[in-house]
Amino acid sequence: MPTPPTLDHPTFAIVRAEFGDARLRGTEFRGQSTLIVEPGDLHRVMRFLRDDERCAYDFLSDVIGIDYLGYPAPTPGRFAVVYNLCSYPRDDRFFVKVFLDPSLPTDGVEEDPALYLDSVTDIWPGAEWPEREVFDMFGIRFRNHPDLRRILTWKDYPAHPLRKDYPLRGRGERERYRVVDRTDA
Amino acid sequence: MGIEQALPAQGFLATTLQRFINFSRRSALWPMPFATACCGIELMATASSRYDLARFGMERMSFSPRQADLLIVAGRVGIKMMPVLQRIYQQMTEPRWVISMGACASTGGVFDTYATVQGVDQFIPVDVYVPGCPPRPEMLLEGIRAIRRHIDEEGLPPKGGTRVPLQIAIEPTHEVSPQPAVGLTVGAT
Ligand code: SF4
Repeated sequence: MPTPPTLDHPTFAIVRAEFGDARLRGTEFRGQSTLIVEPGDLHRVMRFLRDDERCAYDFLSDVIGIDYLGYPAPTPGRFAVVYNLCSYPRDDRFFVKVFLDPSLPTDGVEEDPALYLDSVTDIWPGAEWPEREVFDMFGIRFRNHPDLRRILTWKDYPAHPLRKDYPLRGRGERERYRVVDRTDA
Repeated sequence: MGIEQALPAQGFLATTLQRFINFSRRSALWPMPFATACCGIELMATASSRYDLARFGMERMSFSPRQADLLIVAGRVGIKMMPVLQRIYQQMTEPRWVISMGACASTGGVFDTYATVQGVDQFIPVDVYVPGCPPRPEMLLEGIRAIRRHIDEEGLPPKGGTRVPLQIAIEPTHEVSPQPAVGLTVGAT
Protein backbone atom coordinates (compact mmCIF):
# COMPACT_ATOMS: atom_id res chain seq x y z
CA MET A 1 0.00 0.00 0.00
CA PRO A 2 1.83 3.12 -1.15
CA THR A 3 1.68 6.05 1.19
CA PRO A 4 0.01 9.14 -0.29
CA PRO A 5 2.50 11.87 -1.21
CA THR A 6 2.99 14.64 1.31
CA LEU A 7 2.99 17.89 -0.58
CA ASP A 8 4.67 19.96 2.09
CA HIS A 9 7.46 21.44 0.00
CA PRO A 10 7.07 25.24 0.44
CA THR A 11 7.47 25.88 -3.29
CA PHE A 12 4.13 24.18 -4.00
CA ALA A 13 2.17 26.82 -2.06
CA ILE A 14 4.13 29.69 -3.61
CA VAL A 15 3.57 28.45 -7.16
CA ARG A 16 -0.11 27.72 -6.53
CA ALA A 17 -0.67 31.24 -5.15
CA GLU A 18 1.10 32.77 -8.14
CA PHE A 19 -0.50 30.66 -10.88
CA GLY A 20 -4.09 30.29 -9.70
CA ASP A 21 -5.28 29.91 -13.31
CA ALA A 22 -2.87 27.14 -14.29
CA ARG A 23 -3.48 23.42 -13.95
CA LEU A 24 -0.85 22.29 -11.48
CA ARG A 25 -0.35 18.94 -9.89
CA GLY A 26 2.20 17.83 -7.36
CA THR A 27 3.74 14.60 -6.25
CA GLU A 28 6.40 13.51 -3.84
CA PHE A 29 8.59 10.46 -3.46
CA ARG A 30 11.05 9.95 -0.62
CA GLY A 31 11.32 13.62 0.13
CA GLN A 32 11.72 14.73 -3.47
CA SER A 33 8.92 16.94 -4.68
CA THR A 34 7.76 17.21 -8.27
CA LEU A 35 5.49 19.82 -9.74
CA ILE A 36 3.59 18.68 -12.84
CA VAL A 37 2.65 21.51 -15.18
CA GLU A 38 0.88 21.71 -18.52
CA PRO A 39 3.18 22.23 -21.53
CA GLY A 40 1.73 25.68 -22.18
CA ASP A 41 2.50 26.90 -18.67
CA LEU A 42 6.02 25.53 -18.52
CA HIS A 43 7.98 28.57 -19.55
CA ARG A 44 6.35 31.14 -17.28
CA VAL A 45 6.41 28.78 -14.30
CA MET A 46 10.09 28.14 -14.86
CA ARG A 47 10.89 31.82 -15.14
CA PHE A 48 9.02 32.43 -11.89
CA LEU A 49 10.88 29.60 -10.15
CA ARG A 50 14.18 31.16 -10.98
CA ASP A 51 13.30 34.84 -10.44
CA ASP A 52 11.15 34.78 -7.31
CA GLU A 53 13.47 35.05 -4.32
CA ARG A 54 11.43 32.65 -2.22
CA CYS A 55 12.18 30.02 -4.89
CA ALA A 56 15.49 31.22 -6.37
CA TYR A 57 16.19 28.04 -8.32
CA ASP A 58 19.24 29.50 -9.97
CA PHE A 59 20.71 26.26 -11.24
CA LEU A 60 19.24 23.77 -13.70
CA SER A 61 20.95 20.47 -12.94
CA ASP A 62 19.51 18.44 -15.75
CA VAL A 63 16.74 17.98 -18.26
CA ILE A 64 15.62 14.38 -18.71
CA GLY A 65 13.18 12.70 -21.03
CA ILE A 66 11.10 9.68 -20.07
CA ASP A 67 9.06 7.34 -22.24
CA TYR A 68 6.25 5.75 -20.26
CA LEU A 69 5.26 3.23 -22.94
CA GLY A 70 4.36 0.00 -21.16
CA TYR A 71 4.56 1.59 -17.72
CA PRO A 72 2.62 -0.55 -15.23
CA ALA A 73 0.62 2.37 -13.79
CA PRO A 74 -1.46 4.85 -15.78
CA THR A 75 0.38 8.09 -16.52
CA PRO A 76 -0.93 11.47 -17.72
CA GLY A 77 0.94 11.10 -21.01
CA ARG A 78 3.26 8.92 -23.02
CA PHE A 79 6.36 11.12 -22.74
CA ALA A 80 7.59 13.25 -19.88
CA VAL A 81 10.32 15.84 -19.61
CA VAL A 82 11.72 16.43 -16.14
CA TYR A 83 13.58 19.54 -15.10
CA ASN A 84 15.86 19.07 -12.14
CA LEU A 85 16.16 22.42 -10.38
CA CYS A 86 18.55 23.37 -7.68
CA SER A 87 18.74 26.48 -5.54
CA TYR A 88 22.18 27.37 -4.31
CA PRO A 89 21.14 30.27 -2.02
CA ARG A 90 18.49 28.15 -0.29
CA ASP A 91 20.18 24.75 -0.67
CA ASP A 92 17.08 23.15 -2.09
CA ARG A 93 16.06 20.85 -4.92
CA PHE A 94 12.83 20.70 -6.85
CA PHE A 95 11.56 18.90 -9.92
CA VAL A 96 9.24 20.15 -12.62
CA LYS A 97 7.66 17.66 -14.96
CA VAL A 98 5.69 18.03 -18.19
CA PHE A 99 3.75 15.27 -19.92
CA LEU A 100 3.35 15.09 -23.68
CA ASP A 101 1.38 12.80 -25.94
CA PRO A 102 2.52 12.15 -29.50
CA SER A 103 0.13 12.73 -32.37
CA LEU A 104 2.07 10.69 -34.93
CA PRO A 105 3.49 7.16 -34.91
CA THR A 106 6.63 7.21 -32.79
CA ASP A 107 8.78 4.71 -34.69
CA GLY A 108 10.19 7.27 -37.10
CA VAL A 109 11.86 10.64 -36.90
CA GLU A 110 9.11 12.85 -38.35
CA GLU A 111 8.62 16.15 -36.64
CA ASP A 112 5.59 15.78 -34.38
CA PRO A 113 3.81 19.09 -33.66
CA ALA A 114 2.48 17.62 -30.40
CA LEU A 115 5.96 16.90 -29.11
CA TYR A 116 7.02 20.50 -28.66
CA LEU A 117 7.99 22.40 -25.55
CA ASP A 118 9.25 25.91 -24.94
CA SER A 119 12.97 25.91 -24.44
CA VAL A 120 14.27 27.20 -21.13
CA THR A 121 17.65 28.14 -22.57
CA ASP A 122 16.75 31.83 -22.16
CA ILE A 123 16.28 31.24 -18.42
CA TRP A 124 19.19 28.85 -17.81
CA PRO A 125 21.68 28.90 -20.70
CA GLY A 126 22.94 25.55 -19.45
CA ALA A 127 19.76 23.91 -20.71
CA GLU A 128 21.10 23.94 -24.24
CA TRP A 129 22.87 20.60 -24.31
CA PRO A 130 20.42 18.64 -22.10
CA GLU A 131 17.58 19.80 -24.33
CA ARG A 132 19.50 18.68 -27.37
CA GLU A 133 19.93 15.32 -25.72
CA VAL A 134 16.20 15.04 -25.02
CA PHE A 135 15.54 15.91 -28.64
CA ASP A 136 18.08 13.37 -29.86
CA MET A 137 16.91 10.53 -27.67
CA PHE A 138 13.14 11.13 -27.60
CA GLY A 139 12.32 13.39 -30.54
CA ILE A 140 10.83 16.07 -28.29
CA ARG A 141 11.63 19.42 -29.85
CA PHE A 142 12.11 22.75 -28.13
CA ARG A 143 10.81 26.06 -29.43
CA ASN A 144 13.30 28.98 -29.44
CA HIS A 145 16.24 26.71 -28.83
CA PRO A 146 19.36 28.39 -30.28
CA ASP A 147 20.87 25.27 -31.84
CA LEU A 148 18.56 22.27 -31.82
CA ARG A 149 20.68 19.55 -33.41
CA ARG A 150 21.23 15.98 -32.35
CA ILE A 151 24.01 15.74 -29.83
CA LEU A 152 24.86 12.05 -29.33
CA THR A 153 23.84 10.36 -32.56
CA TRP A 154 24.45 11.86 -35.95
CA LYS A 155 22.23 14.02 -38.09
CA ASP A 156 20.64 11.29 -40.22
CA TYR A 157 20.22 8.71 -37.48
CA PRO A 158 16.97 6.96 -38.39
CA ALA A 159 15.38 6.88 -34.94
CA HIS A 160 15.14 8.44 -31.53
CA PRO A 161 16.77 5.57 -29.70
CA LEU A 162 15.52 5.94 -26.14
CA ARG A 163 11.89 5.66 -27.19
CA LYS A 164 10.60 2.41 -25.80
CA ASP A 165 9.30 1.22 -29.16
CA TYR A 166 12.82 1.36 -30.56
CA PRO A 167 14.41 -2.08 -30.15
CA LEU A 168 17.25 -2.26 -27.62
CA ARG A 169 19.61 -3.74 -30.19
CA GLY A 170 18.64 -1.16 -32.78
CA ARG A 171 17.51 -1.71 -36.31
CA GLY A 172 20.90 -2.72 -37.64
CA GLU A 173 22.69 0.61 -37.14
CA ARG A 174 25.57 -1.15 -35.45
CA GLU A 175 26.02 -3.52 -38.40
CA ARG A 176 26.12 -1.09 -41.28
CA TYR A 177 29.79 -0.46 -41.87
CA ARG A 178 31.90 -1.41 -44.77
CA VAL A 179 34.52 -4.03 -44.01
CA VAL A 180 38.08 -2.75 -44.07
CA ASP A 181 40.69 -5.39 -44.83
CA ARG A 182 44.45 -5.40 -44.85
CA THR A 183 44.71 -4.18 -48.41
CA ASP A 184 42.89 -0.96 -47.51
CA ALA A 185 45.21 1.92 -46.90
CA MET B 1 55.59 -3.88 -48.43
CA GLY B 2 58.41 -2.38 -50.50
CA ILE B 3 61.66 -4.21 -50.09
CA GLU B 4 60.06 -7.58 -49.63
CA GLN B 5 58.92 -7.66 -53.22
CA ALA B 6 62.31 -6.69 -54.63
CA LEU B 7 64.17 -9.69 -53.24
CA PRO B 8 64.22 -13.33 -54.32
CA ALA B 9 62.48 -15.44 -51.72
CA GLN B 10 65.18 -17.81 -50.50
CA GLY B 11 68.67 -16.39 -51.19
CA PHE B 12 71.24 -15.96 -48.41
CA LEU B 13 70.84 -12.21 -48.56
CA ALA B 14 67.08 -12.50 -48.32
CA THR B 15 67.05 -14.84 -45.33
CA THR B 16 69.61 -12.85 -43.39
CA LEU B 17 67.90 -9.63 -44.24
CA GLN B 18 64.59 -11.20 -43.29
CA ARG B 19 65.91 -12.15 -39.87
CA PHE B 20 67.24 -8.67 -39.40
CA ILE B 21 64.04 -7.02 -40.54
CA ASN B 22 61.91 -9.26 -38.38
CA PHE B 23 64.13 -8.52 -35.42
CA SER B 24 63.81 -4.80 -36.02
CA ARG B 25 60.09 -4.98 -36.47
CA ARG B 26 59.39 -6.99 -33.39
CA SER B 27 61.79 -4.99 -31.24
CA ALA B 28 60.25 -1.64 -32.04
CA LEU B 29 56.53 -2.27 -32.24
CA TRP B 30 55.03 1.10 -31.68
CA PRO B 31 51.50 0.79 -30.41
CA MET B 32 48.69 3.09 -31.36
CA PRO B 33 46.50 3.17 -28.25
CA PHE B 34 42.85 3.31 -29.21
CA ALA B 35 41.64 3.46 -25.64
CA THR B 36 37.95 4.29 -25.50
CA ALA B 37 36.90 2.91 -22.13
CA CYS B 38 37.98 1.23 -18.92
CA CYS B 39 40.35 -1.18 -20.70
CA GLY B 40 42.36 1.88 -21.61
CA ILE B 41 43.21 2.33 -17.94
CA GLU B 42 44.71 -1.14 -17.87
CA LEU B 43 46.58 -0.32 -21.05
CA MET B 44 48.07 2.69 -19.29
CA ALA B 45 48.97 0.49 -16.34
CA THR B 46 50.73 -1.85 -18.76
CA ALA B 47 52.72 1.03 -20.13
CA SER B 48 53.67 2.38 -16.74
CA SER B 49 56.64 1.35 -14.66
CA ARG B 50 55.48 -1.84 -12.94
CA TYR B 51 54.67 -3.74 -16.14
CA ASP B 52 56.87 -1.61 -18.34
CA LEU B 53 55.84 -2.02 -21.94
CA ALA B 54 59.10 -0.33 -22.85
CA ARG B 55 60.85 -3.68 -22.31
CA PHE B 56 59.41 -4.74 -25.66
CA GLY B 57 60.56 -1.74 -27.60
CA MET B 58 57.32 0.10 -27.00
CA GLU B 59 59.00 3.00 -25.36
CA ARG B 60 56.74 5.34 -27.16
CA MET B 61 52.99 5.17 -27.58
CA SER B 62 52.49 6.42 -31.07
CA PHE B 63 49.60 8.80 -31.12
CA SER B 64 49.99 9.18 -34.84
CA PRO B 65 48.68 6.14 -36.70
CA ARG B 66 51.10 6.81 -39.51
CA GLN B 67 54.01 5.95 -37.24
CA ALA B 68 52.38 3.01 -35.49
CA ASP B 69 52.73 -0.70 -36.14
CA LEU B 70 50.28 -2.11 -33.64
CA LEU B 71 46.74 -0.91 -33.09
CA ILE B 72 45.49 -1.75 -29.60
CA VAL B 73 41.72 -1.41 -29.50
CA ALA B 74 41.06 -1.11 -25.79
CA GLY B 75 37.45 -0.56 -24.90
CA ARG B 76 33.96 -0.24 -26.26
CA VAL B 77 33.63 1.04 -29.79
CA GLY B 78 30.43 2.97 -30.29
CA ILE B 79 28.56 3.23 -33.55
CA LYS B 80 29.91 6.74 -34.02
CA MET B 81 33.46 5.64 -33.25
CA MET B 82 33.66 2.74 -35.70
CA PRO B 83 34.33 4.90 -38.79
CA VAL B 84 37.04 6.67 -36.79
CA LEU B 85 38.65 3.36 -35.90
CA GLN B 86 38.54 2.26 -39.53
CA ARG B 87 40.10 5.51 -40.60
CA ILE B 88 42.90 5.09 -38.10
CA TYR B 89 43.48 1.54 -39.27
CA GLN B 90 43.66 2.68 -42.86
CA GLN B 91 46.16 5.37 -41.97
CA MET B 92 48.57 2.87 -40.49
CA THR B 93 51.25 1.64 -42.84
CA GLU B 94 52.10 -1.99 -43.47
CA PRO B 95 53.21 -4.02 -41.67
CA ARG B 96 50.49 -3.45 -39.13
CA TRP B 97 48.89 -5.62 -36.51
CA VAL B 98 45.76 -5.24 -34.42
CA ILE B 99 45.09 -6.36 -30.86
CA SER B 100 41.50 -6.42 -29.68
CA MET B 101 41.80 -5.93 -25.95
CA GLY B 102 38.98 -6.93 -23.64
CA ALA B 103 35.52 -8.37 -23.97
CA CYS B 104 34.05 -5.18 -25.38
CA ALA B 105 36.40 -4.69 -28.28
CA SER B 106 36.17 -8.37 -29.19
CA THR B 107 32.44 -8.99 -28.79
CA GLY B 108 30.67 -5.93 -27.49
CA GLY B 109 30.84 -7.36 -23.98
CA VAL B 110 27.82 -6.72 -21.80
CA PHE B 111 26.83 -3.76 -23.96
CA ASP B 112 24.47 -5.56 -26.30
CA THR B 113 22.73 -2.37 -27.38
CA TYR B 114 22.13 -0.38 -30.51
CA ALA B 115 25.04 1.92 -29.74
CA THR B 116 27.91 -0.55 -29.38
CA VAL B 117 29.62 -2.40 -32.19
CA GLN B 118 29.53 -6.10 -31.37
CA GLY B 119 33.15 -6.86 -32.03
CA VAL B 120 35.52 -4.73 -34.05
CA ASP B 121 36.71 -7.80 -35.98
CA GLN B 122 33.55 -7.57 -38.06
CA PHE B 123 34.87 -4.46 -39.71
CA ILE B 124 38.64 -4.41 -39.34
CA PRO B 125 41.07 -7.36 -39.34
CA VAL B 126 42.05 -8.40 -35.82
CA ASP B 127 45.19 -10.44 -35.17
CA VAL B 128 45.10 -11.13 -31.44
CA TYR B 129 42.16 -11.27 -29.07
CA VAL B 130 43.02 -10.63 -25.45
CA PRO B 131 40.12 -11.75 -23.22
CA GLY B 132 39.23 -10.21 -19.91
CA CYS B 133 37.18 -7.42 -18.47
CA PRO B 134 39.62 -5.78 -18.30
CA PRO B 135 42.52 -8.09 -19.14
CA ARG B 136 45.33 -7.92 -16.65
CA PRO B 137 48.51 -6.30 -17.92
CA GLU B 138 50.08 -9.78 -17.99
CA MET B 139 47.41 -10.83 -20.48
CA LEU B 140 47.99 -7.86 -22.71
CA LEU B 141 51.72 -8.47 -22.59
CA GLU B 142 51.01 -12.08 -23.55
CA GLY B 143 49.06 -10.80 -26.55
CA ILE B 144 51.89 -8.54 -27.57
CA ARG B 145 54.36 -11.38 -27.19
CA ALA B 146 52.19 -13.54 -29.43
CA ILE B 147 52.53 -10.93 -32.12
CA ARG B 148 56.29 -10.73 -31.53
CA ARG B 149 56.61 -14.50 -31.88
CA HIS B 150 54.62 -14.31 -35.07
CA ILE B 151 56.81 -11.59 -36.52
CA ASP B 152 59.90 -13.66 -35.81
CA GLU B 153 58.52 -16.48 -37.92
CA GLU B 154 56.87 -14.42 -40.57
CA GLY B 155 58.02 -15.09 -44.10
CA LEU B 156 59.42 -12.41 -46.36
CA PRO B 157 57.36 -11.94 -48.41
CA PRO B 158 54.67 -13.23 -46.04
CA LYS B 159 53.77 -16.87 -46.51
CA GLY B 160 51.02 -17.13 -49.09
CA GLY B 161 51.72 -13.71 -50.49
CA THR B 162 49.28 -11.59 -48.51
CA ARG B 163 48.92 -11.05 -44.80
CA VAL B 164 45.73 -12.31 -43.24
CA PRO B 165 44.40 -11.68 -39.76
CA LEU B 166 46.19 -14.06 -37.40
CA GLN B 167 43.11 -14.83 -35.26
CA ILE B 168 45.13 -15.68 -32.18
CA ALA B 169 43.14 -15.86 -28.96
CA ILE B 170 45.14 -15.57 -25.78
CA GLU B 171 44.35 -18.14 -23.10
CA PRO B 172 43.36 -16.58 -19.79
CA THR B 173 46.20 -16.63 -17.34
CA HIS B 174 45.00 -15.86 -13.88
CA GLU B 175 48.17 -16.65 -12.02
CA VAL B 176 49.31 -13.31 -10.80
CA SER B 177 53.04 -13.04 -10.57
CA PRO B 178 54.36 -12.01 -7.15
CA GLN B 179 53.88 -8.33 -6.62
CA PRO B 180 56.67 -6.31 -5.09
CA ALA B 181 55.97 -5.21 -1.55
CA VAL B 182 55.33 -1.51 -1.25
CA GLY B 183 55.63 0.38 1.99
CA LEU B 184 52.18 1.91 2.01
CA THR B 185 50.18 2.60 5.13
CA VAL B 186 46.51 3.33 4.70
CA GLY B 187 44.64 5.47 7.17
CA ALA B 188 45.87 6.97 10.39
CA THR B 189 48.92 5.46 12.05
S1 SF4 C 1 36.03 -5.28 -21.46
FE1 SF4 C 1 35.45 -4.58 -19.41
S2 SF4 C 1 37.13 -3.25 -18.78
FE2 SF4 C 1 37.28 -3.49 -21.01
S3 SF4 C 1 36.15 -1.76 -21.89
FE3 SF4 C 1 34.74 -3.48 -21.70
S4 SF4 C 1 33.72 -3.17 -19.73
FE4 SF4 C 1 35.59 -1.93 -19.74
